[in-house]
Amino acid sequence: MERNMSEVQLSSFPPRVLVTKIGFDGHDRGSRIVASFLRDAGMEVIETAPWQEISQVVRLALEEDVDVVGVSSLSADHLLMPKLMAALQEAGLSHVKVVVGGIVPDDDEVMLLNAGVAQVFHPGVGRDEIVEGVAAFAAQAREQRNGELVT
Amino acid sequence: MSDQAVQLPLPGFEAVRDEWRSDYDDQMGPALNPKNRSGIEVKPLYTPDDWNGDAYMEDLGFPGQVPMTRGIYPSMHRGRTWSQRQLIGLGTPEDYNARLKALIAHGASAGSLIPCNSVYRGYDADEVPAELLGTCGAVVNSVDDMEICYRDIPLENFSTAQNDPSPFTLLALLLAVAKRRGIPWNRITGTSNQSDYISHFVCNHMFFRLALPGARRVLVDHIAFSQKHLPGWNPLSVVGQHMQQGGATPAEAMGLTLSTAIQYAHDCEARGLDPNEFLTRFTFFFDISLSFFEEIAKFRAGRRIWQRIVRERFGATNPKAWRFKFHGQTSGVDLTREQPLNNIARVTAQAIAGIFGGLQSLHTDSYDEVLSVPTEQAARIAVSTQEILKDEAHLTDVIDPLGGSYYVESMTNDMEEKILAVIEQIDAEGGMYAAVSSGLVQRIVGVSALAHQDRIDSGEQTVVGVNKFKVPEEDEMPRQPLKPPPADVIEAQIERLKRYKAERDQTATARAMDELSRAAESEDENVFEKIVDATCAGATHGEICQRLRDIYGFGDPLIVP
Repeated sequence: MERNMSEVQLSSFPPRVLVTKIGFDGHDRGSRIVASFLRDAGMEVIETAPWQEISQVVRLALEEDVDVVGVSSLSADHLLMPKLMAALQEAGLSHVKVVVGGIVPDDDEVMLLNAGVAQVFHPGVGRDEIVEGVAAFAAQAREQRNGELVT
Repeated sequence: MSDQAVQLPLPGFEAVRDEWRSDYDDQMGPALNPKNRSGIEVKPLYTPDDWNGDAYMEDLGFPGQVPMTRGIYPSMHRGRTWSQRQLIGLGTPEDYNARLKALIAHGASAGSLIPCNSVYRGYDADEVPAELLGTCGAVVNSVDDMEICYRDIPLENFSTAQNDPSPFTLLALLLAVAKRRGIPWNRITGTSNQSDYISHFVCNHMFFRLALPGARRVLVDHIAFSQKHLPGWNPLSVVGQHMQQGGATPAEAMGLTLSTAIQYAHDCEARGLDPNEFLTRFTFFFDISLSFFEEIAKFRAGRRIWQRIVRERFGATNPKAWRFKFHGQTSGVDLTREQPLNNIARVTAQAIAGIFGGLQSLHTDSYDEVLSVPTEQAARIAVSTQEILKDEAHLTDVIDPLGGSYYVESMTNDMEEKILAVIEQIDAEGGMYAAVSSGLVQRIVGVSALAHQDRIDSGEQTVVGVNKFKVPEEDEMPRQPLKPPPADVIEAQIERLKRYKAERDQTATARAMDELSRAAESEDENVFEKIVDATCAGATHGEICQRLRDIYGFGDPLIVP
């Protein structure tokens, strides 16, 4: 399949991605498929059960030194995202890029982007777009963090 | 069953068939046959070579009679169509009550209650982030809340489905309301929807996750309680829908669901219950995907296999126990965010498959489900879709109208074979409880979910507006999601709960909760009976869940990469 292309691009630095769900919804088909996509593309994926507390997500992001946090939301759990973004900031993880995938109404998408979410992936988005998007955000995150270390 | 030679006197059959085949090959070239979602090859034409009616009595028989392939009742949809059981739940109990009344006015004959996700997770409104409350279901925590949900609705004449996967506090609250109103419990009818903890454990995880042994105990107690006190209640709904929405193919979903039902039947037997009684209360709940003929074949095959299982494995002699009663829900996974009105066409095709499959109850999805929780207008279209199919298109005039189709009969046989293979695999693992504990089922579902996504990504499976016939973003239809309830309404709901907790009879509540703990820690008491006592005494959903979590532990899903 077309998986090899992404693998080659990523070989120099495997991005580290946390794939998780917050709030109350437990439907995890989407998050698990996306986790497989990213893993197949050569990324290092940390996958959690649903219902993570905000503090757990921050702790994992810190301990696992991730570049990207992917949050799947199918009901309304994305409404908690501003709290997650603030908590990541507070923990000094402002370089970490956060993406949301799932069912997000248009108005809420604006709210999420304003809160600092890098991108919202809606239903129907294909494998390649997700893999390439996450890879690009991971590269940005690395660059930003390295920049922070130098200065 | 599937390899039947032509026995009928059909002069010239073989010669003409061969001629057709050669003409067909000339036109089509060496194209491979496609496979359906369950992996069964689909031929271009089905003939008496594939099915010829020789085994009519063994394979089909008559409706309401063994082997039930043609339906579980003698009159099927001619006698009684199906319950229009729309899933609803939004906002406050008042919101739910208003939506339910609107649906009843529009023809709904039964109603489901979908609680807020905070309720699914086992919490009361006063212990969770307020911004999530009422966004995905109704906030129902106390007997007062439940009273409002069913205000002006005569519970003795209205069938409800409580979407309540263990420990069935919603049913307990409903019974407390009945007690307040003086309605005898034997008049309460309906279903504990999605009471199948195994499918939750594997797939959608929408419950508060008592660790498996606790969930097993409470389910069987709740079945035993219903048998004793609730003659009109179906305590068990085994949920193939979770398996299929989670990624299982239609054949796998049916096989895993039947294996789950076998597990529950064994557990009920171990509790000393009689299969001739408890099996009459087993119901099933399935996904209806867009793979039209495959779905019809899935339901027909499932009916045939289940009657065989209950008679052969459980020795059921009561014909009512042989009935494979099922609710169907059109599949949300097949709906698209792109061009959302197209979903009305998808839901229509799915609903027809379910009707031809012989369902007893139907939920048609709203076209805007992929955008947000359904709006009222979209929900109304979904109900009308059922009425149009029934009253305008006359789909219910003839029982099992596709019976005898070479294709459908042949596919029913093929699906039966696939389904039986899944059941054998689970049997070999030691049954469904063992197979979900080991992760086998999670692996089966996960692999198929990925394979289906690959089919879409590769374009092998067309999805209009997504991988074919795309419309530019600026031409997309406007999307108007339903707004969550206003913050002050939610605030008032939380205040009401706090007031309820402060003003109830604290002594009676505490005593009932102690009784619950004692029963849960005992070996032989009925835990569900104590849950009902607790709601009648004033305890709330969150308090009961917390108490049981303390005793049985909080389970976590098994993540199998």
